[in-house]
Amino acid sequence: MIHPKTNQTDDHQESLIQVDRLSKRFDEIIALDEISFSVNRGDIFGFLGPNGSGKTTTINILTGLSRPDSGTIRVAGLDCTKNPKAAQHLIGIVPDESNLYPELSGFDNLCFCASLYGMRKNERKERAKELLDLFGLHEAADRKFAGYSRGMKRKLTLAAGMIHRPQILFLDEPTTGIDVAGARQIRQLTADLNANGTTVFLTTHYIEEAERLCNRIAFIVKGRINRMDTPENLMRQTQGQHIVQFAFQATTEKACRPIMAEFPDCRCKTVSEGIRVESPQPIRVGPLVRLLEDNGMEVSEAKKILPTLEDVFVKMTGIEAKLMKQEKEKKMGGPA
Amino acid sequence: MKAWIAFWNILLKDVRSYYLKPPNISWGLLFPLVWITMFLIRSGMGMDKLPDLLPGLVSLSILFGTTSVLSVTVTFEKKGRSFERLLLAPISLQLLMLAKTSGAILFGAINAFVPILAAMFLTDLSAVNWNFIVPAIVLIAVSSTFLGLFIAVSVKEVFEAQTFSNFFRFPMIFLCGLFFPVHSLPVFLRPLSYALPLTYGTDILRGSMAGTNMMPFGLDFLILSVFCAVLFYLTLRNINKKWIT
Repeated sequence: MIHPKTNQTDDHQESLIQVDRLSKRFDEIIALDEISFSVNRGDIFGFLGPNGSGKTTTINILTGLSRPDSGTIRVAGLDCTKNPKAAQHLIGIVPDESNLYPELSGFDNLCFCASLYGMRKNERKERAKELLDLFGLHEAADRKFAGYSRGMKRKLTLAAGMIHRPQILFLDEPTTGIDVAGARQIRQLTADLNANGTTVFLTTHYIEEAERLCNRIAFIVKGRINRMDTPENLMRQTQGQHIVQFAFQATTEKACRPIMAEFPDCRCKTVSEGIRVESPQPIRVGPLVRLLEDNGMEVSEAKKILPTLEDVFVKMTGIEAKLMKQEKEKKMGGPA
Repeated sequence: MKAWIAFWNILLKDVRSYYLKPPNISWGLLFPLVWITMFLIRSGMGMDKLPDLLPGLVSLSILFGTTSVLSVTVTFEKKGRSFERLLLAPISLQLLMLAKTSGAILFGAINAFVPILAAMFLTDLSAVNWNFIVPAIVLIAVSSTFLGLFIAVSVKEVFEAQTFSNFFRFPMIFLCGLFFPVHSLPVFLRPLSYALPLTYGTDILRGSMAGTNMMPFGLDFLILSVFCAVLFYLTLRNINKKWIT
């Protein structure tokens, strides 16, 4: 189900976030190097990149937690470059770590966050109850946040970010470190929110998550936007590319050697499942299997793979997406 | 109006979460009471001399009441990133920091009246000039709170906040004329006394309670107000510089 992806890029759409030549440096490190992009109303805009690529720095600057060295930012037509507070009433933020108050209950946390946006008491309570129901947390409403599981914390943090019905929601790695079911639920909620009119700015290192949710994606590497387009247009990069994956009865590290020697047009690399052969020409599986078996490798499976956005990402950035994912999960302490 | 809803709820949350907790009450109330009891026993003074000790006791109660929690909680919230929620709220930084400090100011001021109320039952306070006591208590609470906030914003770790708080608080007990006048201190220590806001607050209390002030009240109030403004300004500047990088 997830997302209908109806908000295709259109030149006539209203630009809600406009960033022009934004730069930021931390001592000798260039965190952002003159990046420019715009997010249209109704977009789910995905910002993809490895750790330290500048994703969180961008969010921090856009939300007013950090200042740019140069460049301009406009949010909903308001100039936020010099006055980052100008648009804070329009935006909601879900940071990469759950940062609610451990000593408060789930319900009190939401009511408190609502009060920060000037919501009155009755409105706060109603909205908090509504969100606790929506996220399936109503039974834990009176429990202290400190006692919540990681997934529950993530959901409540997401609820807190949307408590004041923001026009734009910034989601910084929303599904990192939580279980599969929880991640799936958060993705569905994000899609539903967007379907109800909220513009979403999503940073993630889960490429499949961005592929499923976003209608526009930017790849950011070392503070620079490497490529930005719709997933469909990005996928065109892999048109004409043919991939076959081979699995073996026993682990083998030398499987690529005979293929590379015999079929110089093919690219071959070792993956966790076995090897992956890529070619601009259609690949005939039979000769490859025979070659591998002649070289003493027992092929247990050979399957054609359709190119994914991950392949585009790897092609464009030279960064292995799986490595990026593992790195982040290690940091956060668990898989999504 | 919307900003004041945020202000009120930040204050209310801090009072519930931090200021009404037993550790804070013990630091703010028990600690000064233990000190004064020790002084009374050690010096062999009778209850009629209590007005001489009361300014020091009141100042001590405010100092520990305001600073014992604030510097730690602000550092704790900053480290746990919940402070980011406040920085992202659509209210000005000034109002936000006033909301964060109001709990400490309130608690410090209430603390001040505990020894005063106790003294009312133990000795004659009819000679006390009450007109200056309340504004002096408020200004001491504000300046001590802002000092605590300044420390909190200057450090990164919770233990650093505790250490630096004590680094300022304990010398202030001896340097600010709480239990013996500043002019009885060695000459080389006196500039330090005059560089601390509590000296001026305690001077007003001394003058109002025992008539032994060293400076005119007007000057004390002026200097204390300047300390409050400068500390608040420096704190905001530090937040802008260090936390909104």
